Amino acid sequence: MAIFSQLLIAGIATGAIYALIAVGFALLWQTSETINFAQGEFVMVPGFIILSMMSYFEIGVIPAFLITLPIMLFVFGYLFKKILVEPLIPYGDFPLVIATIGLAIMLKEGAKIIWGANALPFPEVVSDQIIKFSGVRASVADLTTLGIAIVIIIGLQLFLTRTFVGRSMEATAQNPDVARILGIDVDRMVLYTFLFNAGLVTVGALLITPSYLAKFSNGETLGLLAFMAAIVGGFNQVRGALIGGFLIGIIENLGAFYISSGYRTAFPIVLLILVILFKPEGLFGRKEERSI
Amino acid sequence: MSQSENLQQEIQGTSLSDYGDSAAWQYLKWGSLVALIIFLIVIPHYVGAYYQFVLSLWAVTAISAQGLNLMMGYAGKVSLAQGAFMGIGAYVSTLLVQNWGVNFWLAMIIAIIVSIIIGAAIGFPALRVEGHYLAFVTLGFNELVVLFLRNEDQWTGGPLGVLNIERPSIFGYSLFEPTRFYYFTLVMLAISSLLVWYMIRSPWGRAFKALKDNPNRAESLGLDTTSYTLMAFAIGSGLAGFSGTLIAPLVEFVEPNQFQLLKSLEYLLMVMVGGRGFLAGPLIGAFFAEVLPEWLRFADEYYLIFFAIFVMLLIRFFPEGVAGFGKQIRRTFFRQTSPQVQGEQNA
Amino acid sequence: MSQARKKVLEVRDIHKSFGFVKANRGISFDVYEGEILGVIGPNGCGKTTLFNCILGQLKADSGTVSLNGQDVTGQKPAQLAKAGLGRTFQLLQVFDSMTVEENLLTAAQAHVGSIFSRLFMQPDLGKMDDVNRVIEAFRLGHLAKEDAGSLSYGQQKLLDIAMGLMSNPQIVFLDEPAGGVNLSMLADVKSRLLELNEAGMTFAVIEHNMEFIFEVADRIVVIAEGEVLMVGTADEVRNDPKVIEAYLGH
Repeated sequence: MAIFSQLLIAGIATGAIYALIAVGFALLWQTSETINFAQGEFVMVPGFIILSMMSYFEIGVIPAFLITLPIMLFVFGYLFKKILVEPLIPYGDFPLVIATIGLAIMLKEGAKIIWGANALPFPEVVSDQIIKFSGVRASVADLTTLGIAIVIIIGLQLFLTRTFVGRSMEATAQNPDVARILGIDVDRMVLYTFLFNAGLVTVGALLITPSYLAKFSNGETLGLLAFMAAIVGGFNQVRGALIGGFLIGIIENLGAFYISSGYRTAFPIVLLILVILFKPEGLFGRKEERSI
Repeated sequence: MSQSENLQQEIQGTSLSDYGDSAAWQYLKWGSLVALIIFLIVIPHYVGAYYQFVLSLWAVTAISAQGLNLMMGYAGKVSLAQGAFMGIGAYVSTLLVQNWGVNFWLAMIIAIIVSIIIGAAIGFPALRVEGHYLAFVTLGFNELVVLFLRNEDQWTGGPLGVLNIERPSIFGYSLFEPTRFYYFTLVMLAISSLLVWYMIRSPWGRAFKALKDNPNRAESLGLDTTSYTLMAFAIGSGLAGFSGTLIAPLVEFVEPNQFQLLKSLEYLLMVMVGGRGFLAGPLIGAFFAEVLPEWLRFADEYYLIFFAIFVMLLIRFFPEGVAGFGKQIRRTFFRQTSPQVQGEQNA
Repeated sequence: MSQARKKVLEVRDIHKSFGFVKANRGISFDVYEGEILGVIGPNGCGKTTLFNCILGQLKADSGTVSLNGQDVTGQKPAQLAKAGLGRTFQLLQVFDSMTVEENLLTAAQAHVGSIFSRLFMQPDLGKMDDVNRVIEAFRLGHLAKEDAGSLSYGQQKLLDIAMGLMSNPQIVFLDEPAGGVNLSMLADVKSRLLELNEAGMTFAVIEHNMEFIFEVADRIVVIAEGEVLMVGTADEVRNDPKVIEAYLGH
């Protein structure tokens, strides 16, 4: 039971990180129909940049993160939208998919050349130790991760539901055409979602890289997991992607321990396929009316 | 009213075949095909074993790309499991030959049939879900296959795979030697190309295109969209399996990494870059993926970056791929449009 | 038209709601052989929903459809097409990437052989004569080898209708054939329609263009708020105060 609860907390903690990445993914999809196949690489790259900042300026992980954040906002937020996404939108979503796959390959190979093919250790935000309270064991790192992720998630939800800009973003995400009619500056809101996504992946990098280590190929797994979290939960709802992230994290951790660690990623995939077959709008998503 | 009647009288005199492709384009098209075939036949006399190997790889890759083009370019069903089906073809045929001593050709046929059956089974989700979701199902399937190959080492040899795969012989004539194996893959590519060509010009080809352009309308015209979707998947996956049975004896080993998701994404890029929905598309795409890197060896590890940037630029400026660019040239330079058409379109 | 004519289609008591919106509340009407039946009504009265329910694109909540006395309720669009119901859609639905000829061949092919035998037949399935005849009837000869996507709107509209005829259906359902078509093309659509009707083809036509429908239709069904308001000839409909109120009221 003690092991189970520790696994559960670890699962929720990694799930929280997947949720952050998945929410960004879902936001991009909703506002601009961008299926970002480079989302995993978007997490991998800031991990390396934080490491480089740490060694270059000889600073700790948090200051390095704070330097990296604006860089990522500019590159993976603003430039990504302006240079790659915007010119391709008129051609439908297919060329855009191809372009993000190209981007993913470019980032991955580029990271391999710049930072090498070996996994580099990445410092925890707090030191890792196991604490016990009333028989439940949990790692401090997991709890910290969970805490940070939950603060961000709650903040994001409050922002989206309570502020004018947030509600405009939500409206844009739900239905850009209606939003435009309501007088919302849709382009600006789309840009905001790209910036949000860039911020979310950078935070995700800070939290996930300690356990994944910084490696050029991290993007494959991370991208796939974020992807699955978004679909399982429901592509068209921020809430869906959040819950999907937690679910994937938990299933992955429990399945790896109790059934087979070799099939770690297989459990979320099976869940994904079942969800797509029987509830394509996602467990918590809205059903979209098919128009003829 | 009277104007349109006049127009119609003018038009009625015109025969149907006047406004097809111009003769010059026909010559260009068939001429380049013949030139390509001659080139492929004589090239082994001028290049060494290594380039023959590269060209064999091109031929084998093109077969799988043709399968994906059939699904995606014609029937409009995106599959991100082409790598996995190559893996199924490669492993099934190899293991049958190595562990059960099955004859290579029989093993090849069994492997292709297995790919076709699993392909049709994967096609079932395609009936329930559309577009992106379908791509996600196939993507998940690809990961599952690779995990299986990696973990079930009592059958598959695990992460190390199977080494020392023998090249087959045909009627006692060994195909071990690179030139012979090259010609063998070339013949296989020719068979696959003819198959796809026949399919595309048959009523099935039209049904596939109808499925892609407008599934609703296809259904309202009585087309059995369910069967055609499954068939597209079965045939496309079957060609991937076919290609897999060839790649194993070509590179003489199989391992799970050859067939991972990245491979499937590469096939997607190939078909897009070559031009989806064009018969020449997969040949061009496979050229970019397998042959061009050899010419750009000086670029070394940067090649994939160049390739990725090239893909992004190409898609940015020619969303229809290289073959699509060829079509634009045809439209511009090799085709007379009747004055009536232009008149009416301006009206 | 005289009641002695043969009933081809019987639609009885179709109900369909979307959530709280009741689009069709018990619609019944008949289509007789050889007639052009107009279906009119104010925007949002449920005409297109009705067509989609009859033709299997939507599943009606209740009600029946029978073709030549046979119950075909709830069949899939492809089955209905094979049974003899041709149709066009409100929004243009041609296959953009295929030529006009190929579009028509595609429209014809589901009615020849089985799916597997079709793979081994000659590519045009022996339907080229039919295709050429329809192409000629619709005056599309000069466009036969053009991609449908490159045609003008009016030309695509004609092609769309032509495709609905390729299977020699017993009834063709046209959803706004005159919509968005310029004046000269409208005259074309009208004369094609009348010619085909003359040759014995039965039509059910949804249309907003009153002038058009009053000229071509033998009988007109007026639908308002999901119910049949009246059925009658053009003159009867034109002079009925209920119809005028349905259009002008609210």
